[in-house]
Amino acid sequence: MLRLVIQRCLLALATLLLVSLIIFGATEVLPGDVASAILGREATPTRLAALRAELGLDQPAPVRYFEWLGGAVRGDFGRSLARPDAPVGPLIAERMRVTAWLAVIATLVGVPVALGLGIGAGLFRDRPVDLTISIIALVAQSLPEFVIGALLILAFGITWPILPAVTVVGADAPLAALAPNLILPAATLVIVMTAYMLRMVRTSLIDVLDSEYIHMATLKGLPHARIIAAHALPNALLPTINAIALTVAWLIGGVVVVETVFNLPGVGRLMVSAVEDRDLPLVQALGLLGAVLYIGINLLADLATLWLSPRLRAMQR
Amino acid sequence: MSADAQRRLRAASWRLWQRIRRSPGMLLGTLLLALHLVTALAAPLIAPHSPTAIAPERALAGPTPAHPFGNDRFGRDLLSRVMLGGRIAIAIGVTGGAIAVLLGGFVGVLVGYLGGLTDELVMRMVDALIAIPGLLLLLVIVTGLGNGYGVILLAMILSYAPGVARVARAAAHEYVPREFITAARARGEHPLAVVGHELWPNVVGVLFVEFAMRASWIVLAVSGLSFLGFGVNPPTPDWGLMIAENRSMLALAPWGVAFPLIAMATLVVALNLVADGLAQLLGVDRATEAR
Repeated sequence: MLRLVIQRCLLALATLLLVSLIIFGATEVLPGDVASAILGREATPTRLAALRAELGLDQPAPVRYFEWLGGAVRGDFGRSLARPDAPVGPLIAERMRVTAWLAVIATLVGVPVALGLGIGAGLFRDRPVDLTISIIALVAQSLPEFVIGALLILAFGITWPILPAVTVVGADAPLAALAPNLILPAATLVIVMTAYMLRMVRTSLIDVLDSEYIHMATLKGLPHARIIAAHALPNALLPTINAIALTVAWLIGGVVVVETVFNLPGVGRLMVSAVEDRDLPLVQALGLLGAVLYIGINLLADLATLWLSPRLRAMQR
Repeated sequence: MSADAQRRLRAASWRLWQRIRRSPGMLLGTLLLALHLVTALAAPLIAPHSPTAIAPERALAGPTPAHPFGNDRFGRDLLSRVMLGGRIAIAIGVTGGAIAVLLGGFVGVLVGYLGGLTDELVMRMVDALIAIPGLLLLLVIVTGLGNGYGVILLAMILSYAPGVARVARAAAHEYVPREFITAARARGEHPLAVVGHELWPNVVGVLFVEFAMRASWIVLAVSGLSFLGFGVNPPTPDWGLMIAENRSMLALAPWGVAFPLIAMATLVVALNLVADGLAQLLGVDRATEAR
């Protein structure tokens, strides 16, 4: 068991290393472009060369990669290009609080709601309850996040103004001032996440309910509630741990759009302005941060699945 | 084509149509999809007005017989813009989806058959690409290469092909241990021949389902990029961009958001229904998956 855990962790680390290579490669295929992007019209060959030397862009790519990676490991992601002299690390840390609250609220509300609705739909397969839930989920899944956000703003910010339509407080606002601004963005994330997750929970439960051991339990005359609670649910929910992890990981990308819709000063909005400014160090750091979170969450889900399922544990050596 | 072959083709397509007809979701999806494709193809011919012609006197005017979908804040005809606004998303969705599925499918099946070190290395690369959450990978690529349609297409392929590779590899693993594969290997057939003749026909059903699903995700991703300002550039009509532009006037002129939204949502629903229907039709198991 310990060997398996170590193996999974090493694998995650190797993946992360490859990710860093991809992110660095994708952003550095056009070398020197950063310098001309900063200087714009004022770019003369001498000034370009001077700025490249200052930014270390005159070094060969592998050297720059290892310098960047070495810094990243120590938490030093270099300096922002668009906000001169601002180190990237603190810039992200400042915005992280808002996004973290948003993600925590969305997960804490979304996961139980998705499990409840998914189990409900699975238990009442093809009945009106299931059809209603499934159709709403399909529609919610087909609407882009920014549309769901806009509709929520129209409903609760304009037509029936009980919540702020767009955020006007800064990233350093106290939680009490921030909280009302988090409700609609969190609701948007919950709607999209729930739509994805409940479909997976429903499918998984239906598969299990169709299996022979459930038929066997029914034929043995066990009470229906006991079959569901003791036999069907544990087996149906085990594979959904990974599905939940994937959806939570989706949330990392989803916050970019949602924070932009609601003008929320979080990491996602920072990413958008970084892309607009072609602020490479900031984009690289945020991309890497997203990947670290994704890999971490999936690793946790993998380990949880292993820990909860003796069969899987035994099967994989 | 001989008369006999023609008859057989007609019989086969009739049978397919009969099966489609019996599943209401699939029927609805197919019809909606056909409607969207025909509109997108014919839009330049059938759009009643120029999508970019500005008419200040009609700014934000509601639906009228001459402009059934209303007008946006520049007085541009929304019906024409909605008709033309899906072309880029659909084109990128279809080509990106097709390339992602062919590329990912081929690589997945090949390494699934070969196994060993190749499999290990390729799958690590696939894992790494998947590990950069959806939109972030798109944004990283757009930052590096700019936001031309070619770059967006490339970004979509890089984002979605790895997921397909994983699915295709799993599907291939179901057949690799079977006797007909062992036999092909024993005959000394080249791996590419085994993949092409023996494995590919068996996984092609899975790939059709993947295609419908990925195409719908790409349509949503393109609109997301347009919304953030990194996709289609104004004044080119595009649903995502139209929703983004008209969203500030949602309370005043809801038609500016409603019609492009309905167009996009029906396309995505259609693709989802077709994916579900195909999965059922072909007996493909698509239990848990995201991206």
